[in-house]
Amino acid sequence: MDFDVIVVGAGIAGCVTAYRLAKAGHSVVVVERGAEVGAKNLSGGVLYCRVMDKVFPGFADQAPVERRITRNYLGFLNPDSLVGIDYHDDRLGKPVNAVSVLRAKLDPWLAEQAEAAGAVVMPGFKVDSLLSEGGKFTGIKAGDDELTAHVVVLADGINSFLARDAGLRTKEPLKHLAVGVKSVIGLPRQTIEDRFGLAGDQGAAYAIVGDCTAGAGGGGFLYTNQESISIGVVVRLDDLVGKGLSSSELHDRFVLHPQIQPLLAGGELLEYGCHLVAEGGKAMVHDLARPGLVVVGDAAGLTLNTGLTVRGMDLAAASGIAAADAIDDALQDGNFGQAAMDGYVARLDQSFAGKDMATYAKAPAFLENPRLFNDYGPLLANVLRGFYNLDGAPREHIIPVFRAALKESGLGITRLARDGLAGVKAL
Amino acid sequence: MLQLGSLPDRLAKARFETDSTSHITVNQGAAKAAKAGPLLVRICPAGVYSLQDDGSIGVLHAACLECGTCLAVAPPGVLEWHYPAGGMGVAFRQG
Ligand SMILES: Cc1cc2nc3c(=O)[nH]c(=O)nc-3n(C[C@H](O)[C@H](O)[C@H](O)COP(=O)(O)OP(=O)(O)OC[C@H]3O[C@@H](n4cnc5c(N)ncnc54)[C@H](O)[C@@H]3O)c2cc1C
Ligand code: SF4
Repeated sequence: MDFDVIVVGAGIAGCVTAYRLAKAGHSVVVVERGAEVGAKNLSGGVLYCRVMDKVFPGFADQAPVERRITRNYLGFLNPDSLVGIDYHDDRLGKPVNAVSVLRAKLDPWLAEQAEAAGAVVMPGFKVDSLLSEGGKFTGIKAGDDELTAHVVVLADGINSFLARDAGLRTKEPLKHLAVGVKSVIGLPRQTIEDRFGLAGDQGAAYAIVGDCTAGAGGGGFLYTNQESISIGVVVRLDDLVGKGLSSSELHDRFVLHPQIQPLLAGGELLEYGCHLVAEGGKAMVHDLARPGLVVVGDAAGLTLNTGLTVRGMDLAAASGIAAADAIDDALQDGNFGQAAMDGYVARLDQSFAGKDMATYAKAPAFLENPRLFNDYGPLLANVLRGFYNLDGAPREHIIPVFRAALKESGLGITRLARDGLAGVKAL
Repeated sequence: MLQLGSLPDRLAKARFETDSTSHITVNQGAAKAAKAGPLLVRICPAGVYSLQDDGSIGVLHAACLECGTCLAVAPPGVLEWHYPAGGMGVAFRQG
């Protein structure tokens, strides 16, 4: 046995798992295909970081994070209007609840923590396949090299070729996946703070639906970093294919939208990238343990898109904690069978990650509702226009204004009520 | 106004270590039968795929950002796609 535990993938899930196991005194190796840790990883990315404090006390003060999110903006974007709810709350920064991050900076720090705790980190190695013997997974193969361990942790992200090889996953239905296309736009720190009304290291997070995806399922995001802005779209693959849309054109449509442009004025493109996002919610999370094997993070389908927030990084960390604790138990008992590995699933279900996946189980179906992306933005804008556009005609009472806007939208009051109720149930 | 630039200009902002062998193989016969060309061209955020004059699909594997979208949407049998060798391919500086 070369190691107690082999972790495949040095993303958030893999690094958290490795750090905790190394800290508990076990021998751990993390194998990462990128030439450097973090080189392959891309996120939105707002990290809801309370869970990180459990692993690294004082996380936001030590780790290379960008800004502390104190302003959340939810917007409906139309071709020539934007209707939003702007929630600015200093309490969100004390204690810090969410931070913006850039993965090429955060992930190397996480790997350094794991290394300092005693884990071996091996970047530049792609794991090609898993080794198994008598129904138990026993190690990995990377090129001509083989490594063996009591337990293998698959933290290899959304495409997890290894989970497919192990027979845990088949091709995912397209509605369970979305592609995120993102740009990082450089801007001076002071410009960002002035433009978004932020003081010091406060940050803003925008979630936007509607015209940014041309009515396809998904949305736009805009997050402030220290000296840049992360902006992009996330589009469900079933709609991308079905509606004949182009992913890079949707990205450009949002970034260059007349309502969004002023936020980016004077900026310079620093990077353009893309990555898949898990959108299936709880339905996608299955088969997470086999003898000698557990699956964590995106590889396990652990992402929650509620429309208001995209969360995957915090769930990746929570699954890493659950896996490390279950593997610690298994190493102490010297038992790596199915029941021992199922200890991970039980711990995950008990964690906030498992509970939130259950709470928001209806969110994916709610977010499949095309009216959310097509109809509600124009409806809101038309009602508001009825108030603010004082064109000389006498004002009407809100009810007729609303009724006229509703009629124009073709939605109908019953449908509106039904969608509203579905939204409340999903969230 | 912000200038995004062409796709090749944008990609030039990230680092790439190009693998000598391509990690993407199109089965041209199957792609033609399934009319997969236009789909691959429009879904790839990096502009890796192009329609060639002879009706085949061109692949610029060096530009791939390794998201896996093409593999997820391609009709069965059209695409062989795996990650580039360890240490090769795109390296994000921001992420
Ligand atoms: C556009 C976009 C926006 C998002 N926004 C947010 C957000 O705002 N907030 C949030 O919480 N989440 C967000 N997410 C989701 C979040 O990014 C993921 O849930 C999270 O990165 C998952 O972490 P992970 O460690 O499981 O996987 P990853 O970060 O994908 O790490 C997997 C690692 O495994 C390595 N690897 C893969 N295969 C192999 C192999 N065969 N051999 C060796 N190494 C391998 C990879 O190189 C990588 O380092 C977003 C995602 C996208 C794409
Ligand atoms: S993996 Fe992504 S970037 Fe690479 S060719 Fe496929 S769709 Fe394009």
